[in-house]
Amino acid sequence: MPALVSHPDEVKVVSRRFGMGATDIDKYVELDGYKAVQQAIAKGPEWIITEMKASGLRGRGGAGFPTGMKWSFVPKQSEKPKYVLVNGDESEPGTCKDHVLFLHDPHAVIEGTMIAGLAIGSKLGFIYLRGEYRYLLKIVEKAVADAYAKGFLGKNIFGTGVDFDIITQTGAGAYEVGEESALMESLEGKRGVPRIKPPFPAVVGLYGGPTVINNAETIANAPHILLMGGEAYAKLGSERNGGTRLFGISGHVERPGVYELPMGYNLKRAIYEVAGGIKDGKTLKAVVPGGSSCPVMLPEEIDIGLDFDQMGKAGTMLGSGGIVVLDETVSIVEFALRTIAFYQHESCGWCIPCREGTDWIKKTLTRVYNGGGNKKDVANVQYLAENMLGRTFCPLGDAAAMPTIAFVKKFRKEFEDYIEGNKAGTPIITVEQLVGAH
Amino acid sequence: MSTVANTIFSPETAARFDKLVTIYPLKRSALVPMLLYAQDEIGYISDAVVTEIAQRIDLLELDVHNVLSYYSMLRTKPAGKYNVQVCTNISCMLRGGYEILDHCKHKLGIGHKETTKDGVFSLEEVECIGACCWAPAIQINYDFHDDLTPDKVDVLFQMYRDGQGKDVK
Amino acid sequence: MPDVKFTVDGKQLTAPAGTLLLEACKTAGIEIPAFCYYPGLSLQAACRMCVVRIEKMPKLQTACTTPVAEGMVVTSESPEIAQARKATLQLLLGNHPLDCPVCDAGGECELQDMTFKYGAADSFYAEPKNHREEQKWSPVVYFDRPRCILCYRCVRMCGEGMDVFALGIQNRGSSSVIAPNVPAQMSPDDLAHVDCEQCGMCIDACPVGALTSGTYRYKTRPWEMNHVSTICTHCGDGCKTTLGVRSTSDGSEIVRGDNRDKSGINNDFLCNKGRYAFDFANNEDRITQPLVRQPSGEMKPVSWEVAFDHVGKKFRELRDTRGGKSIGVIGSNRTTNEEAYLLQKFARTVLGTNNIDHHRTADYATFAHSLAGMTDRAASLKDTLTAPAIMILGGDPTIQAPATAWNIRTNVRNNRARLYIANASEIKLRRQAKAFAHIAPFSYGALASFIAGDDSAVDSLTHPGADAASFHNFRNAVRAEEQLLVLIGSDIRGGDLKRLLAFGTTMPNRKFALLSDYVNSRGAADMGLLPDLLPGHTTLAGNTTFAEYNAPSEPGLDMLEIFEAAGRGDLSALYVVGSNPVSRYGVDPSSLKNTFLVVQDMFLTETAALADVILPAANLYEKSGSVTNSYGDLQLVSKAGDRAGVRTDFEMIVRIADKMGANMRELIPFGKGPRGAGTHGDMGQSRGAHSGEADQHAVWLAANNMEPKLSPFDPFAILDEIQRLVPGYNLLRLQLLSGNDQHLQPAVSTANLVQISNRRDLVLPANDTLFTSGTLGRYSTMLSDLQHNESLRPPTGLTQIQTAAD
Repeated sequence: MPALVSHPDEVKVVSRRFGMGATDIDKYVELDGYKAVQQAIAKGPEWIITEMKASGLRGRGGAGFPTGMKWSFVPKQSEKPKYVLVNGDESEPGTCKDHVLFLHDPHAVIEGTMIAGLAIGSKLGFIYLRGEYRYLLKIVEKAVADAYAKGFLGKNIFGTGVDFDIITQTGAGAYEVGEESALMESLEGKRGVPRIKPPFPAVVGLYGGPTVINNAETIANAPHILLMGGEAYAKLGSERNGGTRLFGISGHVERPGVYELPMGYNLKRAIYEVAGGIKDGKTLKAVVPGGSSCPVMLPEEIDIGLDFDQMGKAGTMLGSGGIVVLDETVSIVEFALRTIAFYQHESCGWCIPCREGTDWIKKTLTRVYNGGGNKKDVANVQYLAENMLGRTFCPLGDAAAMPTIAFVKKFRKEFEDYIEGNKAGTPIITVEQLVGAH
Repeated sequence: MSTVANTIFSPETAARFDKLVTIYPLKRSALVPMLLYAQDEIGYISDAVVTEIAQRIDLLELDVHNVLSYYSMLRTKPAGKYNVQVCTNISCMLRGGYEILDHCKHKLGIGHKETTKDGVFSLEEVECIGACCWAPAIQINYDFHDDLTPDKVDVLFQMYRDGQGKDVK
Repeated sequence: MPDVKFTVDGKQLTAPAGTLLLEACKTAGIEIPAFCYYPGLSLQAACRMCVVRIEKMPKLQTACTTPVAEGMVVTSESPEIAQARKATLQLLLGNHPLDCPVCDAGGECELQDMTFKYGAADSFYAEPKNHREEQKWSPVVYFDRPRCILCYRCVRMCGEGMDVFALGIQNRGSSSVIAPNVPAQMSPDDLAHVDCEQCGMCIDACPVGALTSGTYRYKTRPWEMNHVSTICTHCGDGCKTTLGVRSTSDGSEIVRGDNRDKSGINNDFLCNKGRYAFDFANNEDRITQPLVRQPSGEMKPVSWEVAFDHVGKKFRELRDTRGGKSIGVIGSNRTTNEEAYLLQKFARTVLGTNNIDHHRTADYATFAHSLAGMTDRAASLKDTLTAPAIMILGGDPTIQAPATAWNIRTNVRNNRARLYIANASEIKLRRQAKAFAHIAPFSYGALASFIAGDDSAVDSLTHPGADAASFHNFRNAVRAEEQLLVLIGSDIRGGDLKRLLAFGTTMPNRKFALLSDYVNSRGAADMGLLPDLLPGHTTLAGNTTFAEYNAPSEPGLDMLEIFEAAGRGDLSALYVVGSNPVSRYGVDPSSLKNTFLVVQDMFLTETAALADVILPAANLYEKSGSVTNSYGDLQLVSKAGDRAGVRTDFEMIVRIADKMGANMRELIPFGKGPRGAGTHGDMGQSRGAHSGEADQHAVWLAANNMEPKLSPFDPFAILDEIQRLVPGYNLLRLQLLSGNDQHLQPAVSTANLVQISNRRDLVLPANDTLFTSGTLGRYSTMLSDLQHNESLRPPTGLTQIQTAAD
């Protein structure tokens, strides 16, 4: 079981019940659980959406779209049923925050799903967990069953005459399914290939019905926001970035873990104070700030607030909140290769630039890594990545291109030196391993 | 009583599948979970699994093949009783994921997607399993084991060999 | 939809709202490249070649998925766009085998064309390409995976277009692959195969050489062929097929059939027969010399002159000694209208007999008489693509009239047409049907009566599984349709057909078509290959239209009576042109022992084997003329292939008539000279520069601004007469000659319309399938291979029902 960590700088909202036994429905209720949804039923959809908009909550999956606005886009009248879809397909390398959320507070996800349903006029929600999270699916399934047993889910919930159902669903191994429309395809029993947009899910989503799809952490924030009030939640964070966020700090730090920090919290402080600094007293080489798709940052760039806007301005992304810390021993050539190898493995193959581009970047970097590189390869890798950027069917192409471009641009000399036989860092992947999985 | 005559699944699984196709607005939604649960029971997606699932969901077998070949957890060849999945993605790699992978290979005497002769273990290098903050991590079947060292891996293997793994399904 | 205004490359354009930008640009002559886009199939946005710059959009947008919008400003070509396309091509070429010099698609390849345009010639990859062996998915479909660019056209063509779903996409990322529905491990030979209709539409749609055809692959280069568009000889839909021909030592060989110009009545579609089953023409068993039976019983090759002399002399002698009524003539469903017309005219005016018939595969006489004098009641094949509602009574278009089925599926898919089907079998098209009435076996007569309003007929339709109420519901739904196209299978005929049409024509906005089996089944009937009806279904009695024939006024012997007469020894001669009645009607060979039998055919069929004279014939792909499909759509047949040693049926009939001493100018209205003048002198290709009184035909030609024909072998000379005399064939010459189809309304000269009744039911549906085509089909190696291929596997995929996701 993953160890819980804590730090005085943390502001616990969505994590406030972690470690308190809230998987038990009675305990959850004791800790103010299922209060927000009852308020929501009483006060109605407009109130919910007003509070959500006021909270400044932005999608915690990585794109950072304002949640209240997303909910308000769903048409009020619809011939087809509307759906709420919770994206628990957490797969971005460096990200394990939803893992902890499902483990410690599944009812918050359920309650948030219900609130989203009430806000848009949906009677059915789905909670989709990646296939690898089977033990967490068990926890969520039990929580859903308990909620049904209490009359919190199903017909006439809380005796209010409102109906709401939740179906839990497992994936079977596919990063791409984390993309919202690909997740809908997967949930409809198909290959996890994204859909053409527009139409957007809010208009034509799951089974063709208007659908709100949110990251699990986003959804789990909803009950807290309704209880504390949207404005109070907003004030916890920075400008236009309301509230707090679960940050997973991993890699070369002393105390890796999932910490809940206010939006806008300083990245450098998060690494050096919250996570205890660089492991074994080594020196920081680079930071991948929000999951593997975010452009890498140099040590001199990390004195920055962790919110969507500040990170965007700095040429990278807040992403999924997975901060991966690299010390001086890391070979960037190797790290870049391992990163593109992932995207090559996970590309759905639908569109040419992503399918072929990830493959050629991986092949080229593999050769470079194995000592067969030549000077042109660095430029070629950059050319390939730049010609994927913005040209693919879905964001996966960008997710592969952006970090690649950053690695090559910010560490060009290291690549060139490597090709010359002058290797920085300590490469650890053997040639045999490269042939293995990828 | 299963709705499919001569089902290849256990009565419990067959009953579960009977129900699964009824809970969704469209029964095709049951496909991905059904494939995974079928694999849990049979060990892999055999041709017979494809045939029965196609029949249960009213799909062409080709459709089932199209879908199952997309998802990396689904396999069409048997694996060991305990499938050891070693994450080597970035967070794990930084904290010894490849060392763990090498150790497993050495310890089990098998490579990627291979199975020990006794059929107890199989090994697979996998992409990020969402345990980045507790790296390096592996999954044995669906059980997570994190913050690993080669020594801890040895203990784990012995535990599973002794039939004392959690083996959540 | 109202029009919207938008700008592309500085040009102001308008298009109906909702039009895809790519289509709107195409209409305006602006080409936007695309691999994955295919009109009428679902959108993919996968290849990213059609990216364009749209003002106010942050990224390049795909023109194939973007509908035009008011005020939209688009740039379709710019350095940025060219670079995006070039980069995409570079990625594709990185793994592409570049085996263009041997690839079937070389010279006709969209990837080549795009590379030529965007110049993605530089290669920066040092890694080996992924190689995979080619796979033979069926006798006609081969897959070369390394060439595949994963545009998914084939997958959609097979699934959405054909409703077969034999191709899928498997694996993911750079391992993605097009996979057939019989995986290797489930196949007896451990190789992957397709279990499908073998239509080859996947090959047609493939923009590169990933899917190639078993008949054509590695045979030639596209630029070595001449391409001739003509009409497929097989089913009654009459699709245009483009034949690729190449010179050989004894003529010109057809090496490929496809649908490259898509200008035909079949639009995008061509089935396996139109695509592959031209190969009978190249069959080594073809007869290429006239054969005359010797007293010894042996067949001996003779010269054409000897053969014609013999036949002409014998026919003349038998006519003169035993009378024209002792001679029978059997025509063909696969000869041109001109040949069919000439044959019956020859029979009636030279042989002096009405004993003429053909293998009737549908009751067109009743159809024509029922709709005579009405307008807009007979449907064109084109109507199947646009009619808002369609009812199919009997028949199975999927296997008997594949283009009809394709159109109906397309119409249902893209226009949400409502399809109603009544059939004794659960035919495949029921998957598209809004309502399916499953009638009891052998109850088509009752079905016609019930549809026509006879409630008592419902009892004959019911069976366990379909009660009376279901049929009433079906009929009510059909009657509620404001516009309806009714396709009638050949099982409904005679009185049943008459009742059905009599009722149907009382309802407004009903159109009808009667489906038959071969390319010119309709034409054969229209041209009068019938013992009781002259061309245009004109009755013999009271006829004035064909007064110039001076034909016998009593009906002649029909197909069965001809052989009965032969059995009695009353048939002195039988002239069989392009037909195999001995096999089709199970004729006892000994019954023909006292009959002088002349057969014109390509092969030694059961009928030809009994002949006294065999005249080797050209097939439909080796001649010119016109044919009329089941719907009455007239189309031009153009000569594509050629085989030394054979002659067209048209030429042979003319030569025999000449050898009989017939008046050539009465038989063939050619030349300008006075009738009967200089016939022999004009048998070649003379200028026809005879002076004197213009004949009747020339007067008519002049009145219609047409040139007289110069040769008696010119089928268009007879076409002039058809146009002049045959009711319903008042065709537009320019339309025909430019290769376009035109719809003819059945017309009977109502001036002398005599009710016909008590005709014998001689309709014998051929019941061909996708892999058979009467006697001719036996000589197609590819059809034989496909039949064998079918026999290897139990029918699985095709009988399963695909459940649509929405």
